Amino acid sequence: MRVRLFLARSQSIWSRHIRVWSKLAGPSLMGNFGEPVLYLLVLGYGLGQFVGEVEGLTYMAFLASGVACTSAVNAASFEGMYSAYTRMEVQQTWLGMLATPINVGEVVFGEILWAATKSLISVSAILIVSTLLGLITDAWALFVLPVAFVSGLCFASLALVMTSSARSYDFFLYYSTLFITPMVLLSGVFFPIDTLPNAVQWLSKILPLYHMISLVRPLMTGGELTSVFLHLFVLAAFGITAGMLATYRIKKRLIK
Amino acid sequence: MARYNGQLNEKIAIYTPMHSAALSSEIVKSTKLSKLYAGKAVVNKLDLTIDSGCFCGILGPNGAGKTTTLRMLVGHCPMDSGELSILGLPMPENASLIRESVGVVPQMDNLDADFTVEENLYVYGRFFGLSSAVLKKRTKELLEFASLEEKAKCKISELSGGMRRRLTLARALINKPKLLILDEPTTGLDPQARQAIWQKLRELKKQGLTLILTTHYMEEAERLCDRVIVMDQGEIMADAAPKELIKGEIESHVLEVHAASEVLLEQLRCDNSIARLEKSGDICFFYGEKLTHALEVLEDSSHDDYLFRPANLEDVFIKLTGRDLRE
Repeated sequence: MRVRLFLARSQSIWSRHIRVWSKLAGPSLMGNFGEPVLYLLVLGYGLGQFVGEVEGLTYMAFLASGVACTSAVNAASFEGMYSAYTRMEVQQTWLGMLATPINVGEVVFGEILWAATKSLISVSAILIVSTLLGLITDAWALFVLPVAFVSGLCFASLALVMTSSARSYDFFLYYSTLFITPMVLLSGVFFPIDTLPNAVQWLSKILPLYHMISLVRPLMTGGELTSVFLHLFVLAAFGITAGMLATYRIKKRLIK
Repeated sequence: MARYNGQLNEKIAIYTPMHSAALSSEIVKSTKLSKLYAGKAVVNKLDLTIDSGCFCGILGPNGAGKTTTLRMLVGHCPMDSGELSILGLPMPENASLIRESVGVVPQMDNLDADFTVEENLYVYGRFFGLSSAVLKKRTKELLEFASLEEKAKCKISELSGGMRRRLTLARALINKPKLLILDEPTTGLDPQARQAIWQKLRELKKQGLTLILTTHYMEEAERLCDRVIVMDQGEIMADAAPKELIKGEIESHVLEVHAASEVLLEQLRCDNSIARLEKSGDICFFYGEKLTHALEVLEDSSHDDYLFRPANLEDVFIKLTGRDLRE
C-alpha cells in the first residue's frame, strides 16, 4: 500500500515532466538524433580510416555502442543537475509539489524516473540511427533499452547528489569536468581499455559507465555477454546509494 | 454536509465541509511550539488554537516568525519542541495526510510557467491523486471562481500579477481543503487586484472555510479577519478581533503633527488629555481620547500640516512592535 502510494506520487511527477517535454519535443528529439549521427559519421568514417577494426568490429560499430552509453550518461546527468536545480531553486516547483501530500522522497524519485526516461529516449534514437547505418547485428540489441533505463536511474541519482549541494549552476562544472569527462574517456567509449595501464584499468572498472558499456556493447554488436549480474549489481549499488543520499540531503535542504 | 450550501449557488460552492460533525472544531492547536535557528528562538513556545470557520490574520514585522509558523503547519519545518496538531492529527508524523486537506498560497509565485492556466490546475490536482474526471469538473469550477475562464488556454507569462495570484489561490483549492494558508497573498498587487482577492477570500470564509493569512497590510487584516494575532520575535503580543484590539490596546484617537516647531509642540503638550506621545522623524504622534486643547492650539496657529483621526490597527501594531526598522 505504502509502496503503491509512493510509486503513484512519483509517477504523477514523472507525468508532469513528460507533459512539459512533449511541448518541446521537436527540438529535443532533433538533438537526440542529430548528435549521434554526426558523431558516428564523422568519427566513424574519419577516424575509422586510421583505426581499422577494433575487437573484430568496424570502428563505427564499436563507436556506436560507446556513443549510446555516453548519451545515456549525459541525458540523465543534465536532467538531474541543470533541470532539477531549476525546479528546486529557480522555479520553486518542488516547493509547490511539497505543499501537496507528496514528500521529498517521492519528488526525488520522480526526478530520477524522469531523467532515466530521458536516457531511454536518447538511447532509442541512437539505436534507430545505428540500425539505419547497418551497425546493429540482431534483435538482441533491444535489450539495450532496459539497460539504458537502469543506467539512467544510476546516473540521475548521482547527478541529484550534486544538485543537493549546488548553490549555482556553475557548481555542476566540477562534476562534469572531474567525474563525467574522465569517466567517459576511461571507460572504453572511444577505444578498448585494455591498452591502458593496469592501475587505470582498475580505476575504470570501479566506475559505473564501464559496467554499462560491458552490457551494451555485446548486445549491440552480437558479442558475448559476461558477468551480467555483476554489471547490473554495480549500477544498482551506485544508483541506490546515491538516490538515498540525494533524498537525505535534499530533505535537509528544503525541510529546515 | 449541507450546512452552507443553502446560501450559495451550487456552482460556486468551492468548499463544502464534508464531515463537519466528525471534525474536531480545533483546526490548529499548538502547545509550547518552538523553532530555533542557530540557537535563537524564531518561534518561541507558541500556544495557539484556531477554531473551524475562523479567518485568522497573523501580523508581525519581518523576522517575527510568521512564515516559520506557517511552514510548521504544513510540515515544511521540523519543530524543535512543543506539540502541534492540525485537523485533529498530530504533526509531524501525519504531515502528508494533513496536506491532503490543506491548501497553501505561498509568498512567492511558483506556478508552472511551462503550462497553461488550465494545465496548472490539472497537473497540481494530479499531485493529490485526483482523477482526470474529477479534475475536469473541478478545473471548470475553479476557473469560474477565480474569474479566469477566458484565460484557460493562456500561458502564465500572459497573465497579470493579479491573475497569477488568483490562479495560485484557485490551485490551492483544487483538493477542497478544510484549511487554507496564505502567506502575504496580496503583496505587490495594485488596489484593484487586491480587492478582487479580498472578495474571493470573503466568499471562501462565507462558505465555512478556515483561513490563516499573514500580511503586512493592516487594512487587509482589519477588513478580512475576524481574529488578528500580532507576533514579534516568535511570540504572540496580542490576539483579538481587530476592533477589540484597537479598543483594548490603544487610545481612541491620534493627532499626527508634521514638521512643527519646538515652541508649538511645547504648547500642544500642555493638553492634559494626551495619554501618550511618540516622535518619529519630524512627525509627532499624540494619542488620546479627545485632545480638544491641542486641536484648539493648532486651529489658532498658522501650522496646518496635521491630521486628527481615529486610531487604527497600524497604531496598535506600532505600539506593540515598536517603530524601529526591521531588516
